[in-house]
Amino acid sequence: MRASEIRALFSVASRPEVVSLAGGMPFIGGLPLEEIGEMMRRLIVERGETALQYGSGQGHEELREQIVEVMALEGISAHPDDVVVTTGSQQALDLVTNIFINPGDVVVAEAPSYVGALGVFRAHEADVVHTPMDADGLIPDKLEETLARLQAEGRRVKFLYTVPNYHNPGGVTLSLERRPQVLEICAGYGVLVLEDNPYGLLGFDREPLPAMHSMSEDGVIYLGSFSKTFAPGFRVGWAVAPHAVREKLVLAAEAAILCPSNASQLAISTYLAHSDWKGQIKKFREQYRERRDAMIRALEEYMPYASWNVPDGGFYVWVKLPDGLDAKSMLPRAVTGRVAYVPGTAFFYDGQGSNFMRLSYCYPTPEKIREGVRRLAGVIDDELETVNIFGTNGGSPSGQVDFPSPDIA
Amino acid sequence: MDVLILAGGMSHERDVSVRSGRRVLEALRGRGVNASVRDVDASLVPTLRALKSGVVWPLLHGASGEDGSLQALLELTGTPFVGTSSSRARVAWGKSVAKEVLGRISISSADSVSLPQTLFRDVGAEQVLDLISERFSFPLVVKPASGGSALGVSLVTERSELSRAMVHCFAYCDVAMIERALLGTEVAVSVVGSGDAAKALPAVEILSNGPYDYDARYNAGRVEYFAPARLDAESMGAVMSVALEAHRELQLRDYSRIDMIIEAGVPHVIDINIAPGMTETSLFPQAVRASGEDLGALCERIAAEALHRGA
Repeated sequence: MRASEIRALFSVASRPEVVSLAGGMPFIGGLPLEEIGEMMRRLIVERGETALQYGSGQGHEELREQIVEVMALEGISAHPDDVVVTTGSQQALDLVTNIFINPGDVVVAEAPSYVGALGVFRAHEADVVHTPMDADGLIPDKLEETLARLQAEGRRVKFLYTVPNYHNPGGVTLSLERRPQVLEICAGYGVLVLEDNPYGLLGFDREPLPAMHSMSEDGVIYLGSFSKTFAPGFRVGWAVAPHAVREKLVLAAEAAILCPSNASQLAISTYLAHSDWKGQIKKFREQYRERRDAMIRALEEYMPYASWNVPDGGFYVWVKLPDGLDAKSMLPRAVTGRVAYVPGTAFFYDGQGSNFMRLSYCYPTPEKIREGVRRLAGVIDDELETVNIFGTNGGSPSGQVDFPSPDIA
Repeated sequence: MDVLILAGGMSHERDVSVRSGRRVLEALRGRGVNASVRDVDASLVPTLRALKSGVVWPLLHGASGEDGSLQALLELTGTPFVGTSSSRARVAWGKSVAKEVLGRISISSADSVSLPQTLFRDVGAEQVLDLISERFSFPLVVKPASGGSALGVSLVTERSELSRAMVHCFAYCDVAMIERALLGTEVAVSVVGSGDAAKALPAVEILSNGPYDYDARYNAGRVEYFAPARLDAESMGAVMSVALEAHRELQLRDYSRIDMIIEAGVPHVIDINIAPGMTETSLFPQAVRASGEDLGALCERIAAEALHRGA
């Protein structure tokens, strides 16, 4: 990835004067840090010889057993042997792509899609074809059309990559009734489903929907993560895959990193065993809901000319700007105005999305969110004035990855 | 000697500044200088007040770092600092003013016009753009009237591309400078020292595959540099002399970088930098290397001279 102009602008977003609605950093301040600190101390004193040692390439067995319990909350019945622990689910994404994708192979993904996944697919020289979503997630008919078209063109589709719950960046959730439909369509075309589910337990108003993996063990590779439900600093995620794939995943993981961090895995294992982690997730949900509400209220007040979805979980609101605006070319103005967001084009493989932006509400306080949206509205007004004066926006095509690094708030 | 480097800031060039700061920090520490680096924020004034000795090296790029504001603050607090004074920085920062000053001593620059966005709004953008395209021949360069690192800059080859370039530029700055694109060899000449003691370093030549934009500047491989530039002795002498005259005429202090394009044998100044980039791909460090001097030794000397000069 190259140092792009846009990426340089994001470096200003790390300054406290800027309200960053750009990043995806969870609200770690909401964790009981004293309690976790004491747990970590005891872990090293009591089990340091294991925690600080090499571990198994597949991941620590005790943690894999606990992961099975976590996944049961979303209807998955798996065996600990089915689980491969990885360095964040991002590594699982990379390993799966490495195993399945040859240059030129097609990955079908939602429009828009998670920028981190697009980066992995790009690195492995896959071609990503987007398929549309609506308020209920992937649209089965459109998915079928896309797959039929690709088949007719003789293109080889390796998998469907989907974030079914509280989509990043779309904010929507694949409805219960569409889940089996999507699985059936993919099965019909011999296409595997890569189900990426970091946000599934972070719904605001309801119990989690059954994971797609719970409906098709053989047709789905499932990716899970502790980054949003606990803490991303440990870098612990996992994959659940059919047996044949799992063996390859373990070998590929060993080749890449020997084994995931034992210290991190045991830290999470200790946390799950000794802390009220379900209660903590409930707290997170309440905190994030408050922030979502603050963002939606501010959008209603300050940006009535824009449109957006109201997410019922997760971290993101996907905002459509008035026609004619280009979110990427507006970003320097936003930085001057002390507010940051991610331009929509980052979430597409093919340059779409220029009049969209992703706003995240996970990290800033409700007051900051309100102030950020207020500033953003001023920036949009100014940009609209310029665009109206000249009758065009300042956008130009760019093949670069225009996304902040993960440590941007 | 204590040196406090100021890097980062809130401008669009924050990232470059942070990298420049780190580079100078390492160079000075390598010489045994007690150097440290910090960002510019609300605790800056108390920090400056508490400074008992030493010198401040402002390495902020872009607005507030190069427009004279930070220098004015340093002058207010009576802190010795590296680089150009606030009043001279203000002159060098405004591209059109600096052009005018240099024009008085017959230093060429591209034919240009600087216009604020409000003018386009008040009299109608299309008519102004028509005037521009009648008055200048394409290709044109549209760039923010202040700022650096090629942010907001577009090369425009025909009238139909002009509107988009203006919008891109106005996202960075309220005033746009539209100038005739110069076609020729691009060189950067770094100058070290002040007044009569100033000295030009060998010119560095920039051969860019495509536009020499932000991406080209800060990614290895997009651009080929020749340090020293592949110029005959006469041309090399000419560009070094133009840079030195510009540095003196604008009363720049300690160090600067004057960018030029040699078109039909004539060097035209295109940019003046009073806090030139110091990153691993930046031109100033390349010029220092080409001159045979060690960057650390030079930075130490620059800081020592600023300290000696005092507040």
